[in-house]
Amino acid sequence: MINEIISMNGYGAYVWSAFSFTLISFTTLYFVTKLHLLKEQKRFAAKFGSLNEDNARVARLQSINREILSNTSNI
Amino acid sequence: MFKSFEPNKIFIIISKAQKYVLFLFVIVLTIGLIEALVLSPEDYKQSEVVRIMYVHVPAAWIALGIFSSLAFLSVGSFVFKNKHLSLIAKSLAPSGFVFNIIALVTGSIWGKPTWGTWWAWDARITSMLILAIFYGMYLLSWRIYEDKEKVIKITSLIAILGAINVPIIKFSVDWWNTLHQPSSINILSTNTAIHTSMLVPLGIMTAAFALFSILIFLMKYNTELIKVKNKGLDRL
Repeated sequence: MINEIISMNGYGAYVWSAFSFTLISFTTLYFVTKLHLLKEQKRFAAKFGSLNEDNARVARLQSINREILSNTSNI
Repeated sequence: MFKSFEPNKIFIIISKAQKYVLFLFVIVLTIGLIEALVLSPEDYKQSEVVRIMYVHVPAAWIALGIFSSLAFLSVGSFVFKNKHLSLIAKSLAPSGFVFNIIALVTGSIWGKPTWGTWWAWDARITSMLILAIFYGMYLLSWRIYEDKEKVIKITSLIAILGAINVPIIKFSVDWWNTLHQPSSINILSTNTAIHTSMLVPLGIMTAAFALFSILIFLMKYNTELIKVKNKGLDRL
Protein backbone atom coordinates (compact mmCIF):
# COMPACT_ATOMS: atom_id res chain seq x y z
CA MET A 1 0.00 0.00 0.00
CA ILE A 2 2.70 2.49 1.08
CA ASN A 3 4.94 1.48 -1.86
CA GLU A 4 2.02 1.98 -4.27
CA ILE A 5 1.38 5.46 -2.90
CA ILE A 6 5.06 6.36 -3.17
CA SER A 7 5.66 4.92 -6.65
CA MET A 8 2.28 6.09 -8.10
CA ASN A 9 2.53 3.56 -10.92
CA GLY A 10 5.92 4.93 -11.95
CA TYR A 11 4.72 8.57 -11.87
CA GLY A 12 5.72 9.18 -8.23
CA ALA A 13 8.49 11.65 -9.11
CA TYR A 14 6.03 13.85 -11.03
CA VAL A 15 3.13 13.65 -8.58
CA TRP A 16 5.22 14.10 -5.42
CA SER A 17 7.30 16.93 -6.85
CA ALA A 18 4.11 18.82 -7.87
CA PHE A 19 2.59 18.42 -4.39
CA SER A 20 5.90 19.20 -2.65
CA PHE A 21 6.40 22.37 -4.69
CA THR A 22 2.89 23.51 -3.76
CA LEU A 23 3.35 22.84 -0.04
CA ILE A 24 6.82 24.43 0.04
CA SER A 25 5.41 27.53 -1.71
CA PHE A 26 2.58 27.71 0.86
CA THR A 27 4.97 27.38 3.80
CA THR A 28 7.40 29.98 2.43
CA LEU A 29 4.63 32.50 1.67
CA TYR A 30 3.07 31.97 5.11
CA PHE A 31 6.33 32.53 7.02
CA VAL A 32 7.46 35.49 4.89
CA THR A 33 4.06 37.17 5.41
CA LYS A 34 4.11 36.37 9.14
CA LEU A 35 7.66 37.78 9.44
CA HIS A 36 6.60 41.07 7.78
CA LEU A 37 3.60 41.30 10.11
CA LEU A 38 5.71 40.73 13.24
CA LYS A 39 8.34 43.24 12.05
CA GLU A 40 5.67 45.92 11.49
CA GLN A 41 4.09 45.20 14.91
CA LYS A 42 7.49 45.55 16.60
CA ARG A 43 8.21 48.79 14.73
CA PHE A 44 4.83 50.15 15.88
CA ALA A 45 5.52 49.18 19.51
CA ALA A 46 8.97 50.81 19.39
CA LYS A 47 7.53 54.04 17.94
CA PHE A 48 4.71 54.03 20.49
CA GLY A 49 7.24 53.57 23.30
CA SER A 50 9.18 56.62 22.17
CA LEU A 51 6.10 58.93 22.28
CA ASN A 52 5.79 61.48 25.09
CA GLU A 53 2.99 61.01 27.63
CA ASP A 54 0.48 63.37 25.93
CA ASN A 55 0.96 61.90 22.44
CA ALA A 56 0.79 58.36 23.83
CA ARG A 57 -2.55 59.23 25.49
CA VAL A 58 -3.91 60.60 22.18
CA ALA A 59 -2.69 57.54 20.28
CA ARG A 60 -4.27 55.21 22.86
CA LEU A 61 -7.70 56.74 22.15
CA GLN A 62 -7.80 54.82 18.87
CA SER A 63 -9.01 51.25 19.33
CA ILE A 64 -6.87 50.04 16.41
CA ASN A 65 -3.69 51.27 18.19
CA ARG A 66 -4.70 49.48 21.40
CA GLU A 67 -5.35 46.31 19.40
CA ILE A 68 -1.92 46.47 17.70
CA LEU A 69 -0.24 46.95 21.09
CA SER A 70 -2.13 44.04 22.65
CA ASN A 71 -1.14 41.82 19.69
CA THR A 72 2.48 42.95 20.05
CA SER A 73 2.54 42.05 23.74
CA ASN A 74 1.54 38.48 22.74
CA ILE A 75 4.61 38.04 20.50
CA MET B 1 -21.49 53.18 0.08
CA PHE B 2 -18.12 52.82 1.82
CA LYS B 3 -19.04 54.87 4.90
CA SER B 4 -19.44 51.67 6.95
CA PHE B 5 -15.97 50.55 5.85
CA GLU B 6 -14.13 51.37 9.06
CA PRO B 7 -10.51 50.15 9.23
CA ASN B 8 -10.61 50.18 13.07
CA LYS B 9 -13.40 47.61 13.23
CA ILE B 10 -12.02 45.66 10.27
CA PHE B 11 -8.59 45.49 11.94
CA ILE B 12 -9.99 43.96 15.12
CA ILE B 13 -11.98 41.38 13.14
CA ILE B 14 -9.07 40.35 10.89
CA SER B 15 -6.65 40.14 13.83
CA LYS B 16 -8.90 37.60 15.51
CA ALA B 17 -9.96 35.76 12.32
CA GLN B 18 -6.45 34.68 11.29
CA LYS B 19 -6.04 31.83 13.79
CA TYR B 20 -9.50 30.39 12.95
CA VAL B 21 -8.80 30.53 9.21
CA LEU B 22 -5.39 28.87 9.75
CA PHE B 23 -7.01 26.10 11.82
CA LEU B 24 -9.73 25.53 9.18
CA PHE B 25 -7.15 25.59 6.37
CA VAL B 26 -5.00 22.89 8.04
CA ILE B 27 -8.04 20.63 8.51
CA VAL B 28 -9.42 21.11 4.98
CA LEU B 29 -5.94 20.71 3.42
CA THR B 30 -5.32 17.48 5.35
CA ILE B 31 -8.66 16.01 4.17
CA GLY B 32 -7.96 17.27 0.64
CA LEU B 33 -4.49 15.69 0.52
CA ILE B 34 -5.80 12.32 1.75
CA GLU B 35 -8.57 12.44 -0.87
CA ALA B 36 -6.24 13.60 -3.66
CA LEU B 37 -3.29 11.30 -2.98
CA VAL B 38 -4.92 8.16 -1.54
CA LEU B 39 -8.69 7.88 -1.95
CA SER B 40 -9.37 9.29 -5.43
CA PRO B 41 -9.10 6.83 -8.34
CA GLU B 42 -6.47 6.91 -11.06
CA ASP B 43 -7.43 8.02 -14.56
CA TYR B 44 -7.93 5.32 -17.21
CA LYS B 45 -5.75 7.28 -19.69
CA GLN B 46 -3.33 9.31 -17.54
CA SER B 47 -3.03 6.82 -14.67
CA GLU B 48 -1.75 8.25 -11.35
CA VAL B 49 -0.30 11.38 -12.91
CA VAL B 50 -3.84 12.81 -13.02
CA ARG B 51 -3.44 13.58 -9.28
CA ILE B 52 -1.42 16.67 -10.24
CA MET B 53 -4.79 18.11 -11.32
CA TYR B 54 -5.71 18.51 -7.61
CA VAL B 55 -3.02 21.16 -7.11
CA HIS B 56 -2.75 22.55 -10.65
CA VAL B 57 -6.41 23.35 -11.34
CA PRO B 58 -7.30 25.03 -7.98
CA ALA B 59 -4.09 27.10 -8.17
CA ALA B 60 -4.97 28.31 -11.68
CA TRP B 61 -8.60 29.08 -10.70
CA ILE B 62 -7.55 31.09 -7.65
CA ALA B 63 -4.78 32.97 -9.50
CA LEU B 64 -7.39 34.02 -12.09
CA GLY B 65 -10.00 34.85 -9.44
CA ILE B 66 -7.58 37.02 -7.47
CA PHE B 67 -6.43 38.91 -10.56
CA SER B 68 -10.07 39.58 -11.52
CA SER B 69 -10.61 40.91 -7.97
CA LEU B 70 -7.54 43.17 -8.35
CA ALA B 71 -9.06 44.63 -11.51
CA PHE B 72 -12.50 45.21 -9.87
CA LEU B 73 -10.89 46.76 -6.78
CA SER B 74 -8.70 48.99 -8.97
CA VAL B 75 -11.73 50.23 -10.91
CA GLY B 76 -13.47 50.75 -7.54
CA SER B 77 -10.56 52.76 -6.13
CA PHE B 78 -10.66 54.99 -9.24
CA VAL B 79 -14.44 55.48 -9.19
CA PHE B 80 -15.00 55.85 -5.43
CA LYS B 81 -11.58 57.44 -4.68
CA ASN B 82 -11.20 54.98 -1.81
CA LYS B 83 -7.56 54.18 -0.94
CA HIS B 84 -8.56 51.18 1.17
CA LEU B 85 -9.70 49.36 -1.96
CA SER B 86 -6.18 49.61 -3.39
CA LEU B 87 -4.81 48.47 -0.01
CA ILE B 88 -7.09 45.40 -0.19
CA ALA B 89 -5.89 44.77 -3.76
CA LYS B 90 -2.26 45.11 -2.66
CA SER B 91 -2.87 42.55 0.11
CA LEU B 92 -4.46 40.06 -2.29
CA ALA B 93 -1.70 40.17 -4.91
CA PRO B 94 1.09 38.09 -3.23
CA SER B 95 -1.04 34.96 -2.84
CA GLY B 96 -2.40 35.40 -6.40
CA PHE B 97 1.17 35.55 -7.73
CA VAL B 98 2.22 32.44 -5.79
CA PHE B 99 -0.85 30.53 -7.03
CA ASN B 100 0.00 31.60 -10.60
CA ILE B 101 3.56 30.26 -10.19
CA ILE B 102 2.21 27.01 -8.68
CA ALA B 103 -0.15 26.60 -11.67
CA LEU B 104 2.73 27.14 -14.13
CA VAL B 105 5.21 24.83 -12.34
CA THR B 106 2.75 22.00 -11.63
CA GLY B 107 1.41 22.34 -15.20
CA SER B 108 4.95 21.95 -16.48
CA ILE B 109 5.48 18.87 -14.28
CA TRP B 110 2.16 17.43 -15.55
CA GLY B 111 3.14 18.23 -19.16
CA LYS B 112 6.27 16.06 -19.20
CA PRO B 113 4.59 12.63 -18.74
CA THR B 114 1.42 13.55 -20.71
CA TRP B 115 2.74 15.64 -23.64
CA GLY B 116 6.40 14.63 -23.50
CA THR B 117 7.61 18.17 -22.85
CA TRP B 118 8.08 20.46 -19.85
CA TRP B 119 7.00 23.56 -21.78
CA ALA B 120 5.14 24.49 -24.95
CA TRP B 121 4.32 27.97 -26.26
CA ASP B 122 0.68 26.99 -26.24
CA ALA B 123 -2.09 29.64 -25.97
CA ARG B 124 -3.24 28.63 -22.44
CA ILE B 125 0.27 28.25 -20.99
CA THR B 126 1.59 31.43 -22.61
CA SER B 127 -1.41 33.49 -21.46
CA MET B 128 -0.88 32.17 -17.90
CA LEU B 129 2.78 33.23 -18.14
CA ILE B 130 1.62 36.70 -19.25
CA LEU B 131 -0.65 36.81 -16.17
CA ALA B 132 2.37 36.00 -13.96
CA ILE B 133 4.25 38.89 -15.63
CA PHE B 134 1.33 41.24 -14.84
CA TYR B 135 1.32 40.01 -11.23
CA GLY B 136 5.10 40.60 -11.10
CA MET B 137 4.76 44.15 -12.49
CA TYR B 138 1.92 44.88 -10.02
CA LEU B 139 3.95 43.73 -7.00
CA LEU B 140 7.16 45.42 -8.20
CA SER B 141 5.35 48.74 -8.70
CA TRP B 142 4.32 48.77 -5.03
CA ARG B 143 8.01 48.28 -4.11
CA ILE B 144 9.51 50.73 -6.59
CA TYR B 145 7.31 53.83 -6.31
CA GLU B 146 7.29 55.88 -3.09
CA ASP B 147 4.56 58.37 -4.02
CA LYS B 148 1.24 56.90 -2.82
CA GLU B 149 -0.98 58.62 -5.42
CA LYS B 150 1.35 57.61 -8.25
CA VAL B 151 1.65 53.97 -7.16
CA ILE B 152 -2.14 53.60 -6.85
CA LYS B 153 -2.58 54.93 -10.41
CA ILE B 154 0.17 52.72 -11.86
CA THR B 155 -0.92 49.51 -10.08
CA SER B 156 -4.57 50.14 -10.99
CA LEU B 157 -3.59 50.58 -14.63
CA ILE B 158 -1.58 47.32 -14.54
CA ALA B 159 -4.51 45.44 -12.96
CA ILE B 160 -7.06 46.81 -15.43
CA LEU B 161 -4.82 46.14 -18.47
CA GLY B 162 -3.96 42.67 -17.14
CA ALA B 163 -7.65 41.86 -16.73
CA ILE B 164 -7.97 41.83 -20.54
CA ASN B 165 -5.83 38.67 -20.39
CA VAL B 166 -8.27 36.88 -18.02
CA PRO B 167 -10.97 36.03 -20.63
CA ILE B 168 -8.18 35.18 -23.09
CA ILE B 169 -6.88 32.57 -20.61
CA LYS B 170 -10.39 31.22 -20.04
CA PHE B 171 -11.32 30.87 -23.72
CA SER B 172 -7.83 30.16 -25.15
CA VAL B 173 -8.58 26.43 -25.28
CA ASP B 174 -11.74 27.09 -27.33
CA TRP B 175 -10.36 29.81 -29.63
CA TRP B 176 -7.10 28.11 -30.62
CA ASN B 177 -5.88 24.57 -31.20
CA THR B 178 -3.88 23.98 -28.06
CA LEU B 179 -2.03 21.16 -26.38
CA HIS B 180 -3.94 22.03 -23.22
CA GLN B 181 -7.20 20.15 -22.81
CA PRO B 182 -10.53 22.08 -22.90
CA SER B 183 -12.36 22.92 -19.66
CA SER B 184 -13.81 19.87 -17.93
CA ILE B 185 -15.96 21.89 -15.54
CA ASN B 186 -18.39 24.65 -16.44
CA ILE B 187 -19.97 26.52 -13.53
CA LEU B 188 -22.78 27.74 -15.81
CA SER B 189 -23.76 24.22 -16.78
CA THR B 190 -24.56 21.04 -14.86
CA ASN B 191 -22.61 18.98 -17.40
CA THR B 192 -19.14 18.10 -16.23
CA ALA B 193 -16.60 15.77 -17.80
CA ILE B 194 -15.23 14.76 -14.39
CA HIS B 195 -16.62 11.90 -12.31
CA THR B 196 -17.79 12.71 -8.76
CA SER B 197 -14.95 10.60 -7.29
CA MET B 198 -12.53 13.16 -8.77
CA LEU B 199 -14.76 16.20 -8.44
CA VAL B 200 -14.98 15.84 -4.62
CA PRO B 201 -11.18 15.98 -3.98
CA LEU B 202 -10.92 18.80 -6.52
CA GLY B 203 -13.59 20.74 -4.62
CA ILE B 204 -11.92 20.12 -1.25
CA MET B 205 -8.49 21.17 -2.54
CA THR B 206 -10.03 24.30 -4.08
CA ALA B 207 -11.60 25.13 -0.71
CA ALA B 208 -8.22 24.60 1.02
CA PHE B 209 -6.44 26.85 -1.49
CA ALA B 210 -9.14 29.51 -1.13
CA LEU B 211 -8.74 29.40 2.67
CA PHE B 212 -4.97 29.79 2.28
CA SER B 213 -5.40 32.84 0.06
CA ILE B 214 -7.83 34.32 2.64
CA LEU B 215 -5.29 33.66 5.41
CA ILE B 216 -2.45 35.36 3.52
CA PHE B 217 -4.76 38.24 2.61
CA LEU B 218 -5.74 38.76 6.28
CA MET B 219 -2.10 38.75 7.42
CA LYS B 220 -0.98 41.07 4.62
CA TYR B 221 -3.91 43.48 5.12
CA ASN B 222 -3.16 43.51 8.85
CA THR B 223 0.46 44.45 8.05
CA GLU B 224 -0.65 47.21 5.68
CA LEU B 225 -3.01 48.73 8.27
CA ILE B 226 -0.21 48.72 10.88
CA LYS B 227 2.04 50.49 8.33
CA VAL B 228 -0.65 53.19 7.96
CA LYS B 229 -0.87 53.53 11.75
CA ASN B 230 2.94 53.70 11.99
CA LYS B 231 2.85 56.73 9.68
CA GLY B 232 0.07 58.15 11.85
CA LEU B 233 2.34 57.97 14.91
CA ASP B 234 5.01 59.94 13.01
CA ARG B 235 2.53 62.78 12.57
CA LEU B 236 1.78 63.09 16.30
